[in-house]
Amino acid sequence: MAGYLFRRLLQAALILLGVSFITFVLLYVLPADPVRQIAGRSATQQTVENIRQQLGLDQPLLVQYGRFLAGLVQGDLGRSYLQRTEVSTLIASRLPASLLLMAGGILCELLIGLTLGVIAALYRGRPLDQGLMVTSFVAVSAPQFVVGLLLLYVFAVQLGWFPIGGYGTLAHLVLPAVTLGIMGSGWYSRMMRSSMIEVLRQDYIRTARAKGLTRGRILFRHALPNAILPVIAMIGIDIGIFMGGIVVVESVFGWPGIGQLAWQAIQRVDIPVIMGVTMVSAGFIVLGNLLADIVTPFIDPRIKMR
Amino acid sequence: MKRLLLSSALVMAVALPVAAQDYTPDPNATQGGTITITYKDDVATLDPAIGYDWQNWSMIKSLFDGLMDYVPGTTELRPGLAESYEVSEDGTVFTFTLRQGVTFHNGREMTAEDVKYSLDRVTLPETQSPGAGFFASIQGFDEISSGEADTLSGVEVVDPQTVRITLSRPDATFLHVMALNFASVVPQEAVEEAGADFGKSPVGTGAFKLADWVIGQRLVFEKNEDYWRDGVPYLDAITFEVGQEPVVALLRLQQGEVDVPGDGIPPAKFQEVMADPDQAARVVEGGQLHTGYITLNVGIEPFNQLAVREAVNMAINKDRIIQVINGRAVPANQPLPPSMPGYTEGYDGFAYDPEGAKAKLAEAGLADGFTTELYVMNTDPNPRIAQAIQQDLRAIGVEVEIRSLAQANVIEAGGAGEAPMIWSGGMAWIADFPDPSNFYGPILGCAGAGDGGWNWSKFCDEGIDAMATKADSFTDPAAPERLELWSEVYQRVMAEAPWVPVFHEQRYTMKSARMGGDDSLYVDPVSIPVNYDYVYVTE
Repeated sequence: MAGYLFRRLLQAALILLGVSFITFVLLYVLPADPVRQIAGRSATQQTVENIRQQLGLDQPLLVQYGRFLAGLVQGDLGRSYLQRTEVSTLIASRLPASLLLMAGGILCELLIGLTLGVIAALYRGRPLDQGLMVTSFVAVSAPQFVVGLLLLYVFAVQLGWFPIGGYGTLAHLVLPAVTLGIMGSGWYSRMMRSSMIEVLRQDYIRTARAKGLTRGRILFRHALPNAILPVIAMIGIDIGIFMGGIVVVESVFGWPGIGQLAWQAIQRVDIPVIMGVTMVSAGFIVLGNLLADIVTPFIDPRIKMR
Repeated sequence: MKRLLLSSALVMAVALPVAAQDYTPDPNATQGGTITITYKDDVATLDPAIGYDWQNWSMIKSLFDGLMDYVPGTTELRPGLAESYEVSEDGTVFTFTLRQGVTFHNGREMTAEDVKYSLDRVTLPETQSPGAGFFASIQGFDEISSGEADTLSGVEVVDPQTVRITLSRPDATFLHVMALNFASVVPQEAVEEAGADFGKSPVGTGAFKLADWVIGQRLVFEKNEDYWRDGVPYLDAITFEVGQEPVVALLRLQQGEVDVPGDGIPPAKFQEVMADPDQAARVVEGGQLHTGYITLNVGIEPFNQLAVREAVNMAINKDRIIQVINGRAVPANQPLPPSMPGYTEGYDGFAYDPEGAKAKLAEAGLADGFTTELYVMNTDPNPRIAQAIQQDLRAIGVEVEIRSLAQANVIEAGGAGEAPMIWSGGMAWIADFPDPSNFYGPILGCAGAGDGGWNWSKFCDEGIDAMATKADSFTDPAAPERLELWSEVYQRVMAEAPWVPVFHEQRYTMKSARMGGDDSLYVDPVSIPVNYDYVYVTE
């Protein structure tokens, strides 16, 4: 177990190193000059050169990357070119909001997705099942921007049940979390459905039925724990998809998370912020996958850690 | 020595019969209240030496003051922290007398030393100010920006109430420069205490002071009770909520939760808002110092031929492009916007004439047309405008490939001179200060035509450059002969057709029913979206 964990952690570190290098190189070759963004349109050539030198952007790629890494291992992500603040401060002030939104989103997608998936499996082939699967297809394909605005319009503006965007209370969290959950729920309901159908075909379910157990007991005690397994493993991978989704959802609902920060930084080539957000997001994705791998053997003893 | 104060007041008296020289308090104004303004993007910094975004520009104006200022809602200069000033006969020495008893938000009195410190700070290379170049006419600028000196030799403290600034050459725009945010007066001790974070904890002399800032969520400005201008500001506080999608901000405005959506009315909702008489009545329309244009790179074939550039100018249907943006603009025929001094009234420019354009192409030996590229920023409505341009040019046989990229990439391609054509939308020139020279040097003059410059046509005519230099050597920025000269500069530029001036965007500011104050404050040419110091609430 310890050896396995050590190997996986080492792997995770290597992945992060790779991500940081690739992102850094991509930003370096990008045909956009961050110094121009800082210096502004009225700058003289002298000013531009001064700034380039002060930021060390006149150095070769590997020297710049080396400096970034040296800072990174000391927990120093550098200063934002445009906000003129520590990147770690910017991320730290926004990360809690993103994590909260992500947790809310995962909860929503599981609640909606698993319930619908189980119902669809129980009514397999019937109109209800077909209806649910079409709905899940729509949920997966609907643009989050549109879904968010729609929910906002109906439940916040028209009905007045929730605040119109913003951050602070549980009521603020509901609509963005549901928006984020709707897309994921489409995937989960389909996965849960096929997994459930698969399990319901197994011999041990037939045995349970033959023993005369109640429908509910068969479903919750025997079928669900087995069917949910592959779905749980998905959550870890899902964090990566969520990181993409929160950029849009945060923007629609005015949610002060790192998605907004990343979007603004990309627009203005604010390299330290882009690198910082990328590293933090990549860290969460790697961590999510790692957790999924560690948790699975506990749920299903057939899977061994090697 | 002559006093300029009087002569400029005289010019204004002709245009605005009411005492335009300064602001008369609004008799209907009520004190108190808090308003809410929204923005999509974060506020990057409130350091006046650094901030150069359109959202922090007006915020900084409310937190800081410079020696010069503008009469609210207009483009007329008035003294700010300076009580008066004198200009030498040759226009190179400005002596400013400061107001007595002005205090910073930290309670200390502002003196001439602070003015000198602030000008040194903004021009020192370490500050990395995007506005440093504006001060190039001050004596000693070259030494400080190359690192040879750490102070501007042209700025002298005569006594605690007097500053003398010597220019290395006459500069008609100098008083406008002293009204820019970059020239704001900051207290040395507060800057040094905050270090690199001064932009997050600003201390100025302005009408408001920063009370709270939750990064990524909101900023709260609180009234400066000791503000040196009597009677203002009217508001007790302003809350800026950031990270708000414009569509959502509009919904919140309709619910009475927001007073002014800082990003304006979203294009998709514009017609809906204007069709509702109740909402339309709360929209203030005004001009702005903006021109949207297509640059034609004179260094790339076939745009090196005048006839081709003229043909493109004649092929563009500007009225139809304005329809793409719901009619929120007026057609342009020259680089300067109509509200800018020096604008040429009665100038026709190139009329829409596809047949004439084809004839011009034939004249250039390109009767069968040619293929080229148009660079455009990838946010709405710019790609749609690019498509309209593409269609217009196809009608005269020119095939245009659209290159839709992020802002920074378009600017890079433009600066490097790689882009045959660029649609300026999203990056278009909005004047830093209301003077005709601001539309020339960086975007049409030889100075901006070098590698990385903003003159994306790479157009450089030394004869026209000389005229521009002459126009800027006047002492009085509003001298009729000077404006005449500028008008001629732009007409000569248009004769060479390095640009297709397409339109001048109009500003539409929407406000809640409780907002009070003259309409001009909501389309203030200097403070966008609103001049915070002079608006009030009626309930």
